Amino acid sequence: MRTGAQILWEALHREGVEVVFGYPGGAIMPAYDALLESPIRHVLVRHEQGASHMADGYARVSGKVGVAIATSGPGATNLVTGIATAMLDSVPLVCITGQVSSKFIGSDAFQETDITGVTLPITKHNYLVTNVDDIAKTIREAFYVARSGRPGPVLVDITKDAQQASTVPVWSDEPVRMRGYRPEHRAGSEDLSRAAELIDRAKRPVILAGHGIVKAEASKLLRAFVDKTGIPVASTLLGLGGFPATDPLALGMMGMHGESWVNHAIQEADLLIALGMRFDDRVTGKLDTYAVNAKKIHCELDPAEINKNVRADVALVGDVRDTLESLLGLVARNDHGSWLARISDYKGDSAVRDIQTMPHDGRLFAAHVMHDLWRITEGKALVVTDVGQHQMWEAQYYKHDHPRKLVTSGGLGTMGFALPAAIGAKFASPKDEVWVIAGDGGFQMTACELATIAQEGIKLHIAIINNGYLGMVRQWQQFFYNGRYSATPLKSPDFVKLADAHGLDGLRVTKRDEVEWAVERARASEGTVLIDFRVEQEDSVYPMVPSGAALHDMIRRPNPIVETAGDE
Amino acid sequence: MTNTRLRTYIMHVEDLPGVLNRVTSLFRRRGYNIDSLTVGRTEVPAVSRMTIVMEADDDAARRIEANLYKLVNVLKVEDTTRRPCVTRELALIKVRADQARRAHVLQLAEVFRARVIDIAPEAMIFEITGTRDKIEGLAGVLAEYGIVEMVRTGAVAMLRSAGAEAEVQEQPRTSAA
Repeated sequence: MRTGAQILWEALHREGVEVVFGYPGGAIMPAYDALLESPIRHVLVRHEQGASHMADGYARVSGKVGVAIATSGPGATNLVTGIATAMLDSVPLVCITGQVSSKFIGSDAFQETDITGVTLPITKHNYLVTNVDDIAKTIREAFYVARSGRPGPVLVDITKDAQQASTVPVWSDEPVRMRGYRPEHRAGSEDLSRAAELIDRAKRPVILAGHGIVKAEASKLLRAFVDKTGIPVASTLLGLGGFPATDPLALGMMGMHGESWVNHAIQEADLLIALGMRFDDRVTGKLDTYAVNAKKIHCELDPAEINKNVRADVALVGDVRDTLESLLGLVARNDHGSWLARISDYKGDSAVRDIQTMPHDGRLFAAHVMHDLWRITEGKALVVTDVGQHQMWEAQYYKHDHPRKLVTSGGLGTMGFALPAAIGAKFASPKDEVWVIAGDGGFQMTACELATIAQEGIKLHIAIINNGYLGMVRQWQQFFYNGRYSATPLKSPDFVKLADAHGLDGLRVTKRDEVEWAVERARASEGTVLIDFRVEQEDSVYPMVPSGAALHDMIRRPNPIVETAGDE
Repeated sequence: MTNTRLRTYIMHVEDLPGVLNRVTSLFRRRGYNIDSLTVGRTEVPAVSRMTIVMEADDDAARRIEANLYKLVNVLKVEDTTRRPCVTRELALIKVRADQARRAHVLQLAEVFRARVIDIAPEAMIFEITGTRDKIEGLAGVLAEYGIVEMVRTGAVAMLRSAGAEAEVQEQPRTSAA
């Protein structure tokens, strides 16, 4: 006989779980008691939102399922932002919550929340377990659902009495059978042939590489496909690293803050080959002006994404790795020299508008920090960003050559994501040099997790891009709200002292020529070092496609920079 | 929007607590308005059947189906729009009808093949099954006499071809974990 709590940990162990991120409380106490006998490592977070983000960061880097655990009521609701973040970026999580004993359910008992109801629209699936006999089977199903097909978060709510009751567990090694769940799809051979024909005929093709390339471990196949077809690759934010950014055929990021030549290339293309991406509004701009002359081949695992935003001429529903493998055998060897030359022409004066090539006047721009970080770490760091301007600058200036080296909240755009997600990322890949890049605003949303870093004794590198504003909102106010800065100026604590208060090292950088010194010092240090980069306060991210505008309709960085200095 | 029309879906779902909520939550979240929904047991144990009527164009209809299949408890979805199918609704209509008018009202009901299921001194209740048009036809003519109250079910639907249920039985499928 084992208690439900013991069965829970054994079930997690059988799924290969090595670490969970959580916070104890009344309704989950039986599980925490049994944890003491489990080989699984538990990381005590400072806020349950941190637990779900850590599990998320862990999952994105390891490719495995991340696990977060919390108590009922407020513990469970605090997980919600992290669950929604994972849902929109298709990250496999299993979140375990304690629930009040089954006889109290529905009575508004102390710390009772209907968390399966709350998370219904933001989980791939969820379960309420009230019977000890269901725990083992449910955990197994939860992991299977979370990681199969299009991955996503699954929540398992377990009542306190189910954790306390005892039973003889039944363990199964049979494949999971769920009669209503069929995650596998495979593109049809006729559709594959039609796609290959379009690819061979295209004169101005562009590949749109999304998160699916990273998730399906399809980078090598994409490499082979590009080598054979000679087609250039544009990436979504979450697709960065799926194809080497320093490759001559890598165009860079597309979309609202994509490079101008990438957006122009997409608009002028005669064929878009979308690989594991979902034509988010941040990627397409105004839909009825999006790549109007292009045929679209949409390779996507989730059939519900086909024709949602952009109509596909050929839809290849299936795992993008299988699809690429099939296509690779069907397409002809090709090269697109004149098309590539045309895209190069679009680069035009982009270089002189680039902060890197502008005269150095001593001021520190965020882009300098990103560029120097990339140079000093030789592009090999695992970077975890928060959300906002710094996130876009990171995407533009830190060239990712490898998959799973950039962790960022794309779909939900969750501020406060970076610090906890980086802790999870570090547990997934302890040998990696992990950099947190966060704004002064987002960092403060989850800064309490500095204490988790200190308690766990892990080494991170933290770069706060501190401009004294909620910068992205400030930028929108500057562009679209007549410069009326409503609630965007931000007074922050002394981050160096904050690091110190946690027993961590803090450094401050105010000039460009101090960047290298600080970064090297952080790298050489034994423990976590936080660097407070005081950057240009009112710089904006360029180019920018205003919300609802056509993709080629971009606001460009004024040329040269001094023009802006005067304007602002 | 192309081809926007009322569509009838037949769904087989696992008979578990909360499944109805999952289905309606999906429609709510994706911004689709349900015209009618009926749920009931089937001849297969632990399988419930829903008939959902809603307005959608062709693209939306296909996506709704794909989204419904993403619900783990949904076993089978059929959009009956372009397939031979019988659809029925049921209504109970209480009409004001004293002795003097009763015969006349009964005659009208006869035309619609409605059944009388209760007679009181001042009113009578009819039961009618049929298509939406038929029920609305009867309600229209009875309105002149004064409808005291009316209750209607949503539509239930069934494909005309044989074998639909057999397909549900074939659903269980294993996948490598």
